[in-house]
Amino acid sequence: MADGGSTAAAAGTLLGTSRRRRSAAARLGRGAVPYALIAPVVLTIALILGYPLYFLVRLSLQRYGLFELIRHQGVDIGLANYRSVLHDQIFWHTLLRTVVFTAANVGLTMVLGMLIALLLARVSGPVRILLSSGLVLVWSMPVVVAVQVWAWMTSYENGVVNYVLTELHVGDYTQHEWYGSTFSQLSMVTLLIVWGALPFVAITLYAGLAQVPNDLLEAAAVDGAAGWRVFRDITLPILRPILLILTSLSIIWDFGVFTQPYLLIGQSKITPGNFLMSIYLFEDGYFKSDYGRGATISLLMLVIVGVLSVVYVRRMVRIGVET
Amino acid sequence: MRTRTPRLVWDAVGVAVFVVMVFPVFWMISTAFKPNEQIVSLTPTWIPLHPTLQHFRDAIHRPYFWVDVKNSLIIVSVAVALSIALAFLAAIALARFGFAGRKLFIVLVIGIQMLPQAGLIIPLYVVLARYHQVNTLSGVILTYLTFVLPFSVWTLRGFLLGIPKELEEAAMVDGSTRLGVFVKILLPLMGPGLVATSVFAFITTWNEYIFARILLNDQSKQTVTVWLSYFYGTSRHTDWGALMAASTLTAVPVVVFFLLVQRRIAFGLTSGAVRG
Repeated sequence: MADGGSTAAAAGTLLGTSRRRRSAAARLGRGAVPYALIAPVVLTIALILGYPLYFLVRLSLQRYGLFELIRHQGVDIGLANYRSVLHDQIFWHTLLRTVVFTAANVGLTMVLGMLIALLLARVSGPVRILLSSGLVLVWSMPVVVAVQVWAWMTSYENGVVNYVLTELHVGDYTQHEWYGSTFSQLSMVTLLIVWGALPFVAITLYAGLAQVPNDLLEAAAVDGAAGWRVFRDITLPILRPILLILTSLSIIWDFGVFTQPYLLIGQSKITPGNFLMSIYLFEDGYFKSDYGRGATISLLMLVIVGVLSVVYVRRMVRIGVET
Repeated sequence: MRTRTPRLVWDAVGVAVFVVMVFPVFWMISTAFKPNEQIVSLTPTWIPLHPTLQHFRDAIHRPYFWVDVKNSLIIVSVAVALSIALAFLAAIALARFGFAGRKLFIVLVIGIQMLPQAGLIIPLYVVLARYHQVNTLSGVILTYLTFVLPFSVWTLRGFLLGIPKELEEAAMVDGSTRLGVFVKILLPLMGPGLVATSVFAFITTWNEYIFARILLNDQSKQTVTVWLSYFYGTSRHTDWGALMAASTLTAVPVVVFFLLVQRRIAFGLTSGAVRG
C-alpha cells in the first residue's frame, strides 16, 4: 500500500525477490493443500478490501452524505457524481498540480539518489560507513515525526533554516514565512519527501553499482572514455532495471502522498489552491461528509494509480511466477 | 583521460551530504534537551551543554500520551500477530506449491500494495461505520491487515525460497508427516525471517497515520502518530521543546528496530531487482 514513507514495506517487497531459486520441482502438491493455505489470506482480503472496493463503486453512483451514513442507505443518482467531478475546475487543476508535483519529486529523488549512490562508491571506507549509517537513520524516521521536525526547522519565528540562510548571506530570511504561497508550501513538502525518500533510493542504487563489472570500467578507462560516457554507456544500462522499479515506485507513492502535505501545510492553510489529489478527496469527500462524491474521486484516483503501477506490478509478478 | 579528483575531495563532499541529511534528526534531539530560553533565542544553540529532561516530562504528562501509546501497542501487536500467522501459511503455498490461480494470487498480493491509502479512506470509513467499527481499535486493526497481509506474504515467501527444499523432502522420505516437517524443520529455520517480517510490519503499522486519523475520533482511542500530529497546531504557540521530545519518543522504537533488520533489506534489495 502506497505511502511516501512506507519504504520499509517496499524494501520488504523487493527483498522477497532475493534468494530465489528455480523451483519447477515445487509443483508436487496438486491437491487442496495450497488452497487451504491461502484461504485465510484470500478471505480476509476479500472481506476487508474486496467488499469496500465493491462498495466504493456503488457509493460513487449514489448521493451519500451524513444523513445517508446514519440511515445506512444511499440514494441512487446514476452518474451525477462523475459529471460533477469531471466538470469541477478544481479536479482538473488538482490533477495537473499533482502531476507536476509528482514529476518534480520523483525527478529530484532519482537524480539526487543516483548522485549519492555514486558518491558512496567513491569515498573512503570510514566516510562510506558514516554516510550510509546517516542514510539508514534518516530512512528509519517515521513520517509524522519528520513532519514535526520540518515544521520546527522552518518555523518563521525561531526556525533554524531562516537563521542559517540569513547567516550565510543568502538573503534576509529573518521571520521568513515558508508557508505563505502555494509554491513555497509545496516546495517545503517536496524537500521533506525527497529527504525521506533519498536513503532508500541511494542505498538501493549503491548496492546496484556493485553489480557493474570492474573490468568493464577499467577497459573503458584504458580506451580513454570520460567519466560521463562511462556512466551513460556502462553504468546506466546495468542499473536500468533497478532504476525502472525505483522510479515507478516513487511515482506511485508521490502521486498518492497525503500525510506530508496535509500535516506540513496544516489543515488551516489547505485550500483548493494547494490541493494535491489525496487531499482533494479527503477534503471534498471525508471532511465535507460527501461520501458519494468522495468515492467518485477515489475511484478516479485508483484508476490513475492503477495505470501508473502496471510497469512495477508486471515486473514483480514475473519474478513471483518464475520462482 | 578523465581528471582524477582526489579521494579527499569526495570524502569532504560525503561528510557534507551526511551533515545535511542527518541535521533534522540531530536538531530534533538537540531541541528536545534544550532549556526553553535557548529554544526561543534568535541565535540558536547547536549543542545543549546543560541538557534538561523537562520537555520529556512535559511530553509524557500531556493528556492521552500513555493511553495512545497503549492503543498503538494493542493495534500493532494484534495486527502484526494476525498478519504473520495468516501470511506464513499463504507464503508456504506460494513458495512450495504449484496451483491453478497462483499467478492471480501473486497479482493480488503485489497489486494491493500499490493502492494509494487515501483512495481507500472513504469506502473503508463508510463500510466500517455500517458495522459500528468506527472509533474502535478493532476497526483499525482490520484496516491495517489490508496492507500488512500482502506485504508479509511476499516477504515471507522470499525467506522460504532461501530454505533448501531438500531438507523437507528428506524428512518426508524418513516418514515425517507434512505437519511434522512444518513444525520440526520449517518453523525453526524460518525464525529470522519471521522476526524480520514482524519488525517491518511493526514499523509500518506504528507509523501509520491516515487510517488512524480517519477512523479514530475519540482522543482516548487514538494512536501515537495521531496524538503527535495534534501536538502541533492545537495551540498558537507551539511548545517546540516538548514537541521535539515527543517526536523523539515516537521515533525511538522505530529507529531501534529498523537498525536491527535494515541489513537484511539492503542485501535483498537489488539482487532480485537486477536479475528480475
